[in-house]
Amino acid sequence: MDQYLSVKNVVKYFGKFQALNNINFDVNEGEFVCILGPSGCGKTTLLRVIAGLESQSEGTIQQNNNDISLLPPDQRDFGIVFQSYALFPNLTVKDNISFGLKTRKQNRNEIDSRVDELLKLVGLSDHINKYSAQLSGGEQQRVALARALAPSPGLLLLDEPLSALDAKVRQHLRLEIKNLQKQLGVTTIMVTHDQEEALTMADRIILMNNGVIEQEGSPQDIYSKPTTAFSANFIGTTNLFKAKKISSNSIEIHGSVLECNDNINDDVSTVTIRPEDIKISNSGEDKNILSGTIKELEFLGSNIRGHIEVNFDSDKAIVLCNIASEYIQNNNIQTNASINISLQPHAIKIVKD
Amino acid sequence: MKKSRDDYLTLFFISIIGFYILISLAFPMYAILSKSFENKDGEFIGLENYQSYFENSSLVYSIYNSLFVSIVTMVITISLAFVFAYALTKSRMAGKGVFRSIAMIPILVPSLLSGISLIYLFGKQGIFRELLMGYEIYGPIGIIIAEVFYTFPHALLIIVTALSIGDARLYEAAKVLRSKSIRTFFTVTLPSAKYGVISAAFVVFTLVITDFGIPKVIGGNYNVLAVDVYKQVIGQQNFEMGAVVSMVLVFPALIAFAVDRIVQRKQVAILTSRSVVHEPNESKTFDRIMFGYCSLISALILTILGMCLYASLVTFWPYNLTLSLKNYQFDLMDGGGWDSYYNSIRMASYTAVFGTIAVFAGAYFVEKARSLKTGRSILHLLSMMPMAIPGLVLGLAYIFFFNHPDNPLNFLYGTMAILVICTITHFYTVSHLTALTSLKQIDNEFEHVSSSLKQPFYKTFFRVTVPISLPAIFEIGIYFFVNAMTTVSAVVFLYSSKTTLASVAVLNMDDAGDIAPAAAMGMMIFYTNAAVRIVYVLITKKILVRFQNWRVKTT
Repeated sequence: MDQYLSVKNVVKYFGKFQALNNINFDVNEGEFVCILGPSGCGKTTLLRVIAGLESQSEGTIQQNNNDISLLPPDQRDFGIVFQSYALFPNLTVKDNISFGLKTRKQNRNEIDSRVDELLKLVGLSDHINKYSAQLSGGEQQRVALARALAPSPGLLLLDEPLSALDAKVRQHLRLEIKNLQKQLGVTTIMVTHDQEEALTMADRIILMNNGVIEQEGSPQDIYSKPTTAFSANFIGTTNLFKAKKISSNSIEIHGSVLECNDNINDDVSTVTIRPEDIKISNSGEDKNILSGTIKELEFLGSNIRGHIEVNFDSDKAIVLCNIASEYIQNNNIQTNASINISLQPHAIKIVKD
Repeated sequence: MKKSRDDYLTLFFISIIGFYILISLAFPMYAILSKSFENKDGEFIGLENYQSYFENSSLVYSIYNSLFVSIVTMVITISLAFVFAYALTKSRMAGKGVFRSIAMIPILVPSLLSGISLIYLFGKQGIFRELLMGYEIYGPIGIIIAEVFYTFPHALLIIVTALSIGDARLYEAAKVLRSKSIRTFFTVTLPSAKYGVISAAFVVFTLVITDFGIPKVIGGNYNVLAVDVYKQVIGQQNFEMGAVVSMVLVFPALIAFAVDRIVQRKQVAILTSRSVVHEPNESKTFDRIMFGYCSLISALILTILGMCLYASLVTFWPYNLTLSLKNYQFDLMDGGGWDSYYNSIRMASYTAVFGTIAVFAGAYFVEKARSLKTGRSILHLLSMMPMAIPGLVLGLAYIFFFNHPDNPLNFLYGTMAILVICTITHFYTVSHLTALTSLKQIDNEFEHVSSSLKQPFYKTFFRVTVPISLPAIFEIGIYFFVNAMTTVSAVVFLYSSKTTLASVAVLNMDDAGDIAPAAAMGMMIFYTNAAVRIVYVLITKKILVRFQNWRVKTT
């Protein structure tokens, strides 16, 4: 796969506030990349810089081996879908979709057939003459997508495209957009604050925080191999502990020495343990067993999350761990019951602060 | 970033509109300011003119008079308008629409018409002169009554807006907390309307202190600043002193403008998009009181207008009360005859068309253009300036600027064009703000989507922005038209024998003692403006609906 878009050393200041700090990444042709992060992390600014709606203070952007750093948006090659959809309310679905086709000197039949093709693609052929006020949120979203795709742009930019929709519609559209993107093979960058959205849709996630890229990688990697405390905490739920190196395969947390598999280097200071990786332990075969008291049981549907006050050697600390509902019922476990847990060595992962 | 074609076009249009405002406002204002430091031969004499102004006690007394009538009018108008606005927004009385329409009548007539009406009601041969118990209507009493009539709708509009943004959720919270209605009024209603009331007060103050028609007609020997400017220029041909009084007049107007701007900014902050509109509860007694109050005010407004209508139709007041159209034979009187009426229609139409185009395009660039941040801020600032300049001062400034022999634009002097330019500039700011408000409601991302689709901004402008903004565009056009029909102050120095205007004719006929024809001409302006408004309502109701069917949800 060829590298299609390349963002190099991009810095953006708003007055004295630094919104983007030395951003570097590449996007391959046909790839679906999600820029994920909390609000205010700079992800939307980054997207707007790529679109040319904001100009970067420093750095370059290359698209298809051309330097587009200084081009105004109307000379760049992209289609964009905004959170608000920005459908023209006084134009019909057809006129919205054909808005970008008119100046390209295509004749009317070509335009009509392109509109039909796109409407079929997003499954809205029956709504061709409607206005946006007559469509549901999900339908408007798909029209906006069709409008952005109409001139066959080389790059598709999606700015929080699903966040204004109901949960059910959102889940459905996630898959639909993902499939559409695969089918058309259009290189896509999506900005979102919703980790679930990023995990389900992206080929690759770029995780941002405070204007810098925290971590970059496939959804699986980001989830199971977080490199920073922020990554571990932002995606999913986790337990973070301050830790000290004892030997090449053991660390100390709150005075308790624990065995771990990760290769330990000298500057270890924080570890993460996912709640689903913690085991309720009744046998002596498990490693790193600690005793504790259940302080709270939180119902999550298929699982129950226990808030367990664990007796570490030097003091007590709350540890979150997932417990199967069945186990709770069978053993009639209630709050304030004592329990033993195993912080299994493979579950302990070392991250940067 | 490299400039695209859109950026160059934006720069081009911003420059044109900015240049227009410079020529029609900034340069003339500089001309009048420098004139106030010159003697008759055009030599710079520093503050000498100001010195002789402040040594002339009768001129200085006008400052006191102007402040007195402005402040008294302000207090009375705001009190009356607040209760009226409260009735319209917080009661469930019947006839709200009718009351509102009646309250808007004074906007449709030249301000001096109310003065003429008062002469018929309380003047030397007036119907109700006994009611004044020996006091004279000519003087501060007449001025204040007429100014209250004239400023009432302006204050009402602002206060109604301020009261209707009161958030229903606050009223519900107050109710749940069992707050008494008096307490709710003082803790919820008043604070949220506070800025609107202050803003309305300053608008009224500025309107009165800069108005010249009413004190001219009914002021008698009671001198105010605006009339002084007129007398110095027209009566004594003392242009330098006219310029000095103008500067004195600009001063309070500038302060009022600055305060109003600051207050308006705070008002906006209260309005959040999540606010819920408050629906008043039914209370029979309260609604009846409010209905009574609004009926009384409406009756007073209708009396003043009705008196003018009657006076314009009476053959010879008060001796021959048979009705006739004799007073409408304008060609037999001074003041330009029917031609001035037709001139006014032409002037108002040009003002409406060109003014709306300039204002809407200007506001569009200020709000929507992507590039040229500085240029856009400057344009916005320039657009706000006309509001601070009284019409009379602007008109006088035009004499100094455009009539200067060295000015290449000298050919405009005495033409219809200069009347249109002056009127557009005089009413520019309010229209600019209306256009901005409307444009702010349109998604900014429309422009971004278009440029991503490689469409020039003017395509989006004509296909999307203009159609969506049609109601606001019509509103601005009507505002320009109605005000161009009624304005006296901005054009009184600028008309020529070929471009006499109806509103000026009212003034001149009154001056010549032809009061009944003056009333008749004033009524012609009213009929025209009322007709235009009615046509506007029909257009928005019938035709606009057809072109705006996208607003309607059918599914």
